[in-house]
Amino acid sequence: MSLKILDKKDVGAFVSGLMTELEVVGAQRKDGGKYAFGVLADPADLQLSYPTTILPPKKYFLPAEETLLRFQLGENPTVQPVIEAKPRVIFGVHACDIHATWLLDVAFAKDNADANYLEKRNRALIVGVDCPTPCDEHSFCKSMGTLTVDSGYDLFLTDLGEAYAVEVGTPAGEAMLNKHAHTRPATERDLARLNTVNAARWPKFTFALEMSHQDIPNVMGASYKSPLWEELAERCLGCGRCNLVCPTCYCFNVFDEVQFNLQEGTRLREWDGCLLTDFAKVASGENFRKNRAARLRHRFYRKGKYLEEMYGHLGCVGCGRCVRSCLVDIDPVDVFNRLKHLCNL
Amino acid sequence: MTQGISLFQPRWAEIVRTEPMTEKERFFQLHLKDGSSLGHTPGQFVEVSLFGIGEAPISISSAPARNGDFELCVRAMGDVTNALHRLSPGALVGIRGPFGHGFPVDQMRGKDVLFTAGGLGLVPLRSLINTVLAQRQDFGRVLILYGCKNPSEILFRDELAQWEKRDDVEFHLTVDRGDATWTGNVGVITRLFPQITVEPHKTVAVIVGPPIMYKFVLIEVVANKGIPEDQIYLSLERRMKCGVGKCGHCQMNHVYVCQSGPVFTYDQIKHLAEAIE
Repeated sequence: MSLKILDKKDVGAFVSGLMTELEVVGAQRKDGGKYAFGVLADPADLQLSYPTTILPPKKYFLPAEETLLRFQLGENPTVQPVIEAKPRVIFGVHACDIHATWLLDVAFAKDNADANYLEKRNRALIVGVDCPTPCDEHSFCKSMGTLTVDSGYDLFLTDLGEAYAVEVGTPAGEAMLNKHAHTRPATERDLARLNTVNAARWPKFTFALEMSHQDIPNVMGASYKSPLWEELAERCLGCGRCNLVCPTCYCFNVFDEVQFNLQEGTRLREWDGCLLTDFAKVASGENFRKNRAARLRHRFYRKGKYLEEMYGHLGCVGCGRCVRSCLVDIDPVDVFNRLKHLCNL
Repeated sequence: MTQGISLFQPRWAEIVRTEPMTEKERFFQLHLKDGSSLGHTPGQFVEVSLFGIGEAPISISSAPARNGDFELCVRAMGDVTNALHRLSPGALVGIRGPFGHGFPVDQMRGKDVLFTAGGLGLVPLRSLINTVLAQRQDFGRVLILYGCKNPSEILFRDELAQWEKRDDVEFHLTVDRGDATWTGNVGVITRLFPQITVEPHKTVAVIVGPPIMYKFVLIEVVANKGIPEDQIYLSLERRMKCGVGKCGHCQMNHVYVCQSGPVFTYDQIKHLAEAIE
């Protein structure tokens, strides 16, 4: 894996170059001091040192609302599939979000390949960026094994102070670097500096989980009847915010919209959430998960067990977005730790 | 870059025939416009689209047919099904599928088959019953138990009359509540079980009905009749929004019903807390 050095003063030119041929997305500072991924209008808006974003980069592959079909009604009805994808680079993605993207890639590719997701994903390049310090007190990436990542990116930047060490992950990443960035090969000194930075990062992050993340599926497996679900459901408002901000939540609803002329319309999908009351409700009125505790448990089981069994990666990457957005402070670290103690594993 | 194929693109199907079956259910015979056969196995389902209204998962009610037509029986319940009821022959609907795993007909050959249908459960079960009856000599005894809330909800009356007449079908019908003209059995479907005897190890039981029915029928079939759990097949209803294992709505515990089901053996699901209440 080749390593290049990109001086920080050259990042702007690199991004400008990329902007000439594809959409460049990066974290930007919003009003109120939060950060969000957005299409860059100006390279100067790009933040590479940021504490997490409100939403993960998932929205570029599975948009909050996405057209699946366009149809014409009337005498001779027609329907056309819509698969929208454009070349884009997401510049500055944290390791946890790269892990989550890997999981989504598998979920949408496995068995029935979802072209709407995969076309967007396949046309996107990902430039990762390292996290020198924890985003805040809620991130627990180190506990989940997602503080670092060794694949799933085209380039990966590590902040060396005056410059970034750029690790090339794919030929496409290398091509974009060669074409648009002024870099130099890494020297022995750069490598030593990179090792120092990587070593210095580790102790700045704490282990918040009182178990290895690999033990979470076992803890979940022993916790189905835990009293904790009912206790948490007393607080949980069932609002689904945790679903919406989660980098690995990918459940969706499908619905139609008709134009005012009643002649044409679209079929869309939109993010849905398993915490919402009607998620498992069928037309007869039967609700297969009518109890809030059961819905909350289902979400935690997906994150801590089901997705791992299906796709080989835990559904929680420790980004902390759910607890940051939770109105009643339901914290996955606290939930996993309490379950561990309750089930005596 | 090549464009992938959308999972959401339906095929057009024309309504060839439609008629009311009860106050709430309508029968539809559909023909795929591209001339292809649906290619389903008994117990699978399709997603039916009415553009501008939406899409709904519907069980296929017919046995696989040579001409490729297929039949649905639909209760007017939500937006899509109510709109479907207003359509006439010649109207076009979108069809995706068939989806899911149906009944393993080959594994039932040589066995006695005990069908138990509650209410609308007869709709998917009919696809299997008619498949079995079309190859009647391949199976042992055929027993059909069917229960409805009241006589006005009985589906496929003409076919039931034929099943009743056949010497090689043991057919039992009951209604929860009779009416002025009803002379048959009255009582919930479990009341029919004392009327039948089975040889449990050479019998497969196939059960389809409303969620509430399963646990009571399972007591009869497992505890009272002693049919092995891996010889009991059930079809489970869930909210299959996408039909392709992505949208998450049909999941029960770790199982996506649209992919692994809707047909399961009791053996496969008895440990899943979310399968049967």
